[in-house]
Amino acid sequence: MGMTMTQKILAAHCGKQSVKAGEIIMADVDLALGNDITAPVAINEFNKTDCKKVFDKNKITFVLDHFTPNKDIKSAEQCKQTRDFAQQMGIVNFFDVGEMGIEHALLPEKGLVVAGDLVIGADSHTCTYGALGAFSSGVGSTDLAAAMATGKIWLKVPPAIRFNLTGQLPSHVYGKDLILQIIGMIGVDGALYKSMEFTGEGVKTISISDRLCIANMAIETGAKNGIFPVDQKTLDFIKEHSSRQPVVYQADDDAEYEQVIDIDLSQVKQTVAFPHLQENTRTFDDMPEIRIDQVVIGSCTNGRLEDLQVAAEIMHGKKVAKGIRVIIIPATQKIYLEAIELGLIRTFIEAGCVVSTPTCGPCLGGHMGILAKGERCIATTNRNFVGRMGHTESEVYLASPAVAAASALAGKIVPAV
Amino acid sequence: MKLKGTVFKYGDNVDTDVIIPARYLNTPNHQELASHCLEDLDATFTKRVKPGDIIAADSNFGCGSSREHAPIAIKASGVSAVVAKSFARIFYRNAINIGLPIVECDAQIDEGDQIEIDFDNGKLHNITKNQSSDFAPFPDFLQNIIAAGGLLNSISGGKA
Ligand code: SF4
Repeated sequence: MGMTMTQKILAAHCGKQSVKAGEIIMADVDLALGNDITAPVAINEFNKTDCKKVFDKNKITFVLDHFTPNKDIKSAEQCKQTRDFAQQMGIVNFFDVGEMGIEHALLPEKGLVVAGDLVIGADSHTCTYGALGAFSSGVGSTDLAAAMATGKIWLKVPPAIRFNLTGQLPSHVYGKDLILQIIGMIGVDGALYKSMEFTGEGVKTISISDRLCIANMAIETGAKNGIFPVDQKTLDFIKEHSSRQPVVYQADDDAEYEQVIDIDLSQVKQTVAFPHLQENTRTFDDMPEIRIDQVVIGSCTNGRLEDLQVAAEIMHGKKVAKGIRVIIIPATQKIYLEAIELGLIRTFIEAGCVVSTPTCGPCLGGHMGILAKGERCIATTNRNFVGRMGHTESEVYLASPAVAAASALAGKIVPAV
Repeated sequence: MKLKGTVFKYGDNVDTDVIIPARYLNTPNHQELASHCLEDLDATFTKRVKPGDIIAADSNFGCGSSREHAPIAIKASGVSAVVAKSFARIFYRNAINIGLPIVECDAQIDEGDQIEIDFDNGKLHNITKNQSSDFAPFPDFLQNIIAAGGLLNSISGGKA
């Protein structure tokens, strides 16, 4: 029996010829990630062992992005603890205010992940790097602590669902619409414990930025990872950002999939996920009027330069609707600078938006845009759980940067035209 | 290992944001996290929970973020085990890694029921309803982690 792309990467990282779904393996980690929320818990656990050093100071990365620049004393303490530990251990890829960006946008940009890697991160959206042909998956802080100590992680080899993509997305329809549509179709536990493997002719029409967005939200179906095959676009991206050599794995022709889902990209429509679950998706064929109070364009899902470009194009020369707060958050310092140079930030400010330094901020209800009781927000983020962005009686609607920008101008949820 | 306790019952897709909202993630302190456990789902939970109580839920318990603060908050509240029809995968591994017993079992359980869980034999007995259900015990690898008292103990030979 052949292996899926995910299974091949896992086999290569545990020194086996082949692995089977359901098997538990101890795998070697190429990169282990922590942030200002999860690293302190991991460090406390690590310090309970008698390890004096981390297994490899080049293969651990910490990004202080959630509550930074620190929103209060307690978050400052958490960052300080992480910073001190990073310094003590000589962690090479430590990203603090001034250098940091939202972790899952930052790591590919810094070239820290290449195709064929096995990446674990104490952050659920670590699955983002599957876009580059890596196996990457979110784990907990104790897993991170163990990986810091030993360079290894226990994993159960996942079965897979194959998404066979054909055609091309229509204009104003993006990777975000596709992944929201998939979540609406299979549900928030539709790929529980499994890999989502995206294949087919349609893949090559999808940009790397959109692939990152799609893989990012694999976790929202309960998946262990989402992964794309490596093509010329991937190799070009990796070459531009990294000096490391990618290793290309391909699924076997006789790989076993639990399910194959065919998707014609040309049929995907602009999609919005309604509160309070990402599977509550609707298209504009079936949309009640939803008035909004706030718009957030940013996050590890949709805070890349391409996302800001889409939003700026829609807002250029226009004004956001009166009384609507629009918060734009470039995901990294590099994106921020490029957005300034391209004039996007001017467009946003002239339209009446506020532009923030890179941070997770409102995405997880941390800071920089918390909602009051009864308020509604359309956001390009990835979660709309109860209380995710503030009060338990506030509401978050998830959409693409195009729909979010169009809605900012209209004051209610509307499609991009 | 056997456990007996009274059930707090919740539904599908209990996410880690309601188990421990992000506004409290500015501390890794276990007791402080416990004092906000499940606050956005059930504001009375922390007042009612007693040591040894059990949480039971439907599908996809613990979905969402990787925050280990979620199983930590539950464990530090005194909850002895969580039973659900299915768990989100990161919550599942976090619970095992920190030594919070969890059971994947499709049993009929309601709020206030008394249940007994026999981990070694994979049996769940609902004392209130006088019904028994089976569940698959953990594979050996995970049993060893649990027996060692968590992942770090299992890798450091009990020194963690
Ligand atoms: S932007 Fe949101 S989803 Fe992404 S890492 Fe930050 S908090 Fe998590």
